[in-house]
Amino acid sequence: MTEPAITPELVAKHNLTPEEYAHAVEILGRTPSYTELGIFSVMWSEHCSYKNTKPLLKTFPTKSPKILVGAGEENAGIIDIGDGIAIAFKIESHNHPSAVEPFQGATTGVGGIVRDIFTMGARPVCAVNSLRFGPITPDVAADVSRRTSSPEEGQRGLTSTTTNGEADAQLKNNRRLFAGVVSGIAHYGNCFGIPTVAGEVYFDKTYQGNPLVNAFCLGVLRHEQITRGAAKGVGNPVFYVGPATGRDGLAGAAFASQDLTEESAEQQRGAVQVGDPFMEKLVCEACLELLATGCVAGMQDMGAAGLTCSTCEMAARAGTGIEIELDKVPQRAPNMSSYEIMLSESQERMLIVVHKGREEEVKRIFDKWDLPWSEIGIITDTGHMKVRHGGKLVVDIPARKIADESPVYQREAIEPSYLKDVRAFRLDGIADTTTPVEDLKKLLAWPSIASKNWVYRQYDHQVRDGSVVLPGSDAAVIRIKTDSLPVMSAELAAKVGDPTVSEKLIAMTVDCNGGYVYLDPYEGAKIAVAEACRNLACSGALPLGATDNLNMPSPLKPELFWQIKESVRGLAEGCKAFNAPVTGGNCSLYNQSPAGPIDPTPTISVVGLIEKIEHVTTQWFKDEGDAIILLGDAVDQADPIFGLGGSAYLQVIHGKKNGSPPRCDLEVAKTLHTTLIGLIQSGLVKSAHDCSEGGLAVALAESCISQLIARDTPRLIGATIDLSALKDVRLDALLFGETQSRVVISCQALDAVKVVERAKLMGVPAAQIGKVGGDKLTMKTATGEFSAPLTELHDPWWNSIARAMA
Amino acid sequence: MNFSVLQFPASNCDQDAVHAVRHFGHSARLVWHKDAALGDTDCVIVPGGFSYGDYLRCGAIARFSPVMQAVKQFADNGGLVLGICNGFQVLTEAGLLPGALIRNRDLQFHCENIFLKTATNDSPFTSQIPVGKILRVPIAHGEGCYFADEETLAKLKANNQILWQYCDATGNLTDTANPNGALQNIAGICNEKRNVAGLMPHPERACEPLLGSDDGKWIFESIFAALKNKTVAAAA
Repeated sequence: MTEPAITPELVAKHNLTPEEYAHAVEILGRTPSYTELGIFSVMWSEHCSYKNTKPLLKTFPTKSPKILVGAGEENAGIIDIGDGIAIAFKIESHNHPSAVEPFQGATTGVGGIVRDIFTMGARPVCAVNSLRFGPITPDVAADVSRRTSSPEEGQRGLTSTTTNGEADAQLKNNRRLFAGVVSGIAHYGNCFGIPTVAGEVYFDKTYQGNPLVNAFCLGVLRHEQITRGAAKGVGNPVFYVGPATGRDGLAGAAFASQDLTEESAEQQRGAVQVGDPFMEKLVCEACLELLATGCVAGMQDMGAAGLTCSTCEMAARAGTGIEIELDKVPQRAPNMSSYEIMLSESQERMLIVVHKGREEEVKRIFDKWDLPWSEIGIITDTGHMKVRHGGKLVVDIPARKIADESPVYQREAIEPSYLKDVRAFRLDGIADTTTPVEDLKKLLAWPSIASKNWVYRQYDHQVRDGSVVLPGSDAAVIRIKTDSLPVMSAELAAKVGDPTVSEKLIAMTVDCNGGYVYLDPYEGAKIAVAEACRNLACSGALPLGATDNLNMPSPLKPELFWQIKESVRGLAEGCKAFNAPVTGGNCSLYNQSPAGPIDPTPTISVVGLIEKIEHVTTQWFKDEGDAIILLGDAVDQADPIFGLGGSAYLQVIHGKKNGSPPRCDLEVAKTLHTTLIGLIQSGLVKSAHDCSEGGLAVALAESCISQLIARDTPRLIGATIDLSALKDVRLDALLFGETQSRVVISCQALDAVKVVERAKLMGVPAAQIGKVGGDKLTMKTATGEFSAPLTELHDPWWNSIARAMA
Repeated sequence: MNFSVLQFPASNCDQDAVHAVRHFGHSARLVWHKDAALGDTDCVIVPGGFSYGDYLRCGAIARFSPVMQAVKQFADNGGLVLGICNGFQVLTEAGLLPGALIRNRDLQFHCENIFLKTATNDSPFTSQIPVGKILRVPIAHGEGCYFADEETLAKLKANNQILWQYCDATGNLTDTANPNGALQNIAGICNEKRNVAGLMPHPERACEPLLGSDDGKWIFESIFAALKNKTVAAAA
C-alpha cells in the first residue's frame, strides 16, 4: 500500500491550518505519516478537541460536593444520589449525520451516547432527546420565510422568496428528515431496550437543511462501580471487543466539524455510520458482566475518531503509552489501510484494558455473548501511542501531547447588528387580538407546541419497569430500583451485604427555545436553564446537575461567535443560580446550510431528584372544584413588549419572529422554584404546569387536555378562569405573552388561601385565577369572556403533527 | 414457585419479568438461550425484546435455540408457558401457539396503554381476573398484529382459546381501540391444552401503582393460583 505524500493540499483537505500542521510537525519532530496526519486531523477537530470553545466552557460551574466524576474527566459525568448510588448522564449531538442520512444519523446518535454511559460502568436506564427540524406544516412556512440575509445584515426577511413548488418540496423534505430521525431513535432505543422517556421537538425555518438531533442517556451504578477510561498498568493487555471494523464512518468527527454544503449530502454519506442496536445490547451486557469480574483496568468506547481517539485518550489520561497491532483488529473489508482502520467509526466497538493474567475472562464472557474480541495491544511506559501494521510502525505519537496540546483559539466576537432592530421592536403596528379562541387553537395546533404523541408513541418509553411519569408532562420521572443497578463483583457484593437499595426518583427534562437565543443569546440561554429547572420544580424535583449541548453556527464569523459566547455566559449563570453544575456535554459547531446559520441552540438537560413518591407531580388538572392558582406575575409590565418578544404568538398569528425575548431574572426564578417545591412537599399541590411557549392560555389549555388514560382515551377536565382583575394590559400579552417565571398550579379549594398566602410570604406573586370543572375552558378578562369546548382544543393539539405526517 | 425467564440475545424485558415475579414474592431466574435444560421450573416466561435482533423475522431465530427445545418438552408435559410480546412471537414461530404476529397496520411502533377485555376466565392465565374487569396495560411493539387463517381462527373460537382482546374503556371491541389491526382485536391466546399462552401487551409493566397501573397483577395472580392448585393436586 503506497500512502500519499504529505502536501499542503492534503493538509488542507484534512481541515488542519498551516499553523496546526506546523505544531504537529513540532510535536513529532518530523513529517507525519499519512495515517498520523489523519489522526491529528480528527483529534484536533472541534468535535474531539473543543478548540474553539474550550475557553468558554471553562466558565461553566462544574463543582458540587455530589459530583463524583466531573466535566471533561471522562466519557460522562457522575453524580451521587445518596445511599451509595450514583447516576451518569450526558447529552450528545448527531446533527450533521442526521442531515445526510436521518435514520442512521439518529440511530448512531443514540448508540454513541448509550455507550458513553455504560463505558462508565453504569447501566443505561433511560434516554431523552432534543430535536429540531424545518417546518412540517405550510401555514407557518408561508407566514415566516427563512431570512434571506445573514443575521449580521439584519433581521430575517418576512416576505417569502420561494415559489410554492419549492416550499412544497422543502416541507416534504423536512417531514422526511423528521420521520427518519424519529424512526431511527425508535429503532435503536426500542431494540436496545432503553425507555425514551422525554424530549422536545421544535420546527423552524432556521433548521431547514440542518436539523438538530441531540441524544441524552442516563445510567445508574454504585459508587464503587465507576469505571475509568484510563490505560492503566504497564504491561496490561488491550482488548478490542465488538463487531469488526469497516470503512463506514471514516472520519466522522472531522465531518461533524464542517459546514454542511449542498454537496455534502452526496459526498459525505460514507461518513455516516450504520448503527446496530442488537450488537450494542450484547456489547453492553457483556461489558457489564465483564466489569463484575473485576478484571477491567480501564474501558473506553470507540466513538468519534474510533480507535484513534480511544487509544490516545486512554493513554493520555493514565500518562502511559499504548501499542497496538492493526493486523489483529477484526476487519470487515479486505485490504483496509492503517489510515482507514484507525479512523473508521464503525459502531458498537469498545477498547478494554484488562489486568494482566485475567485475559481468559474476556474470552469467556465475549464468547458467551458470541461477540468478536481480539487482544490487539499492550500498555507501555513510553507515553507514546504506537501502531503497527503489516510489520511496520505506522504511527508513533506522544499520546498526551496530541490529546492535551490541541490548538486553542480565542475567537473574535462582535455583537451582530441585527440585534439593534430586535431591541427596537415594539408592538405599535400590531393590533391586539379580537379572536383569542381562534388564536389559542392555532397555537395549540402549531407543531412546536402541539402534543408530540406522534413522536413518543413510537418510542418504547416503559421498558425497564421504571417509568413513573411518561412523556407528555413537564418532566419525565423514573424510579431507580435495586435491579436497575449493574451486577456487583463478588468483592463488592461482600462489602455491600444486603444489596437492596431504597428506590430513588429521578426527574429530567431538556429545553431550549432557539428563537429566544437568536433574539438575545444571553437572555435566551438563561431562559433555557430556567425553563428546564422550572419543569423539574413542577414535577417536584430539585436539580442535581446539567449537561449541555451547544448547537451553534460557525465560530469563525465574529458575529456568530458572539452568539456562542453570549449563550455560554447565559447557560453558565443559569446553572450557577439553580445549583445545577454542568457535568459534561457536547459542542456542535458549523451548523449552517447554504441558506444560512441556524439559530444558536444551546440545549440544556437538567436532572433532578424527587425525595418521595408523594411529591411526584404532573401537569394536568385532577378534580372538579379544585382551585387554580397562578404563581408569578401574570405579565411583566417592565418589559416594553410584555413578554411577547420572540413569542409563539407573534410567530404564528403575526408571522414575526422578532423582539427581545422576555427577561429572565434568575433570583425571581429561583424563589419561584423553591417555593413551588416547598408547596409540593407540603402536600398542597395537585398539579403544576409551567408557562412557556404560548403563554398562560396554552398552559391552562394543556392543564385541561393533556392527561392520557390510554390509547384514544384522553381525560378532559375543564376550567373557569377569571383574569378580569388585570386591567390596562393587552389581551394578547395577557393570554399569550411568555413572561418568565410563571407556573399554573391547582390545589384543593380549601387549601387555596393557604397556598396563596404561603407563596406570597416567600416573595412569589400568587393569586387564585379560577376553578377546575366542566367541559370547557372559559376565560373572563377585562375585555370580555371567551370559551371553548375542550374537545375543540384537544383535537388540534393532539392530532396536528400526525395529520402533517399522514 | 420457581419461574424461568428465558434470556435470548437482546431480550430486553427479561429483567422486568423477573422483577414482576419477585415483586409478588416468588422466585425467578434467567435461563440462557444456549442452555438445553430449564432446571427446577414451575412456569416459563418468554419475555419481550428483540431476540437475535429480530433479524429475519420476529422470533424466527429464537425458535431454534437449545432452550426452546426444552420449553417445548416442558409444554408437552403440561408446564405453564407465558410469552409476552416478543415472547408471543417466539411461541408462534416455534409452533407452540397458532397464528402469526405481523407488522402493525399503520407500520409504526406503538408504545401506549391499551384496554384489555378478558374473553374467558377458563385458563390458568385468566382465572383470577375479576369478571367484567377491563385491564389497562401497556403495549410496545411494531409487529403485534395477530393474524391467522380462517380455519385457525374458527378453531380458536370454538375451543375458547382467545384470552384477551383490545377494547375501549367500557369494554367494546372497537376498531379504534385496536392498536395494530389484529384480527378480532386479538391481544392474546392460548393453545388447545390451555397451558401455553401469549399476549402482546406487557402485564409485567403494570404490576405496581407507581407505574400507573397494577392491572397486570391479575394475570400473574392467575398463574400463581394455577400453580398452587397443581401443587395441591399433586400432593393429593
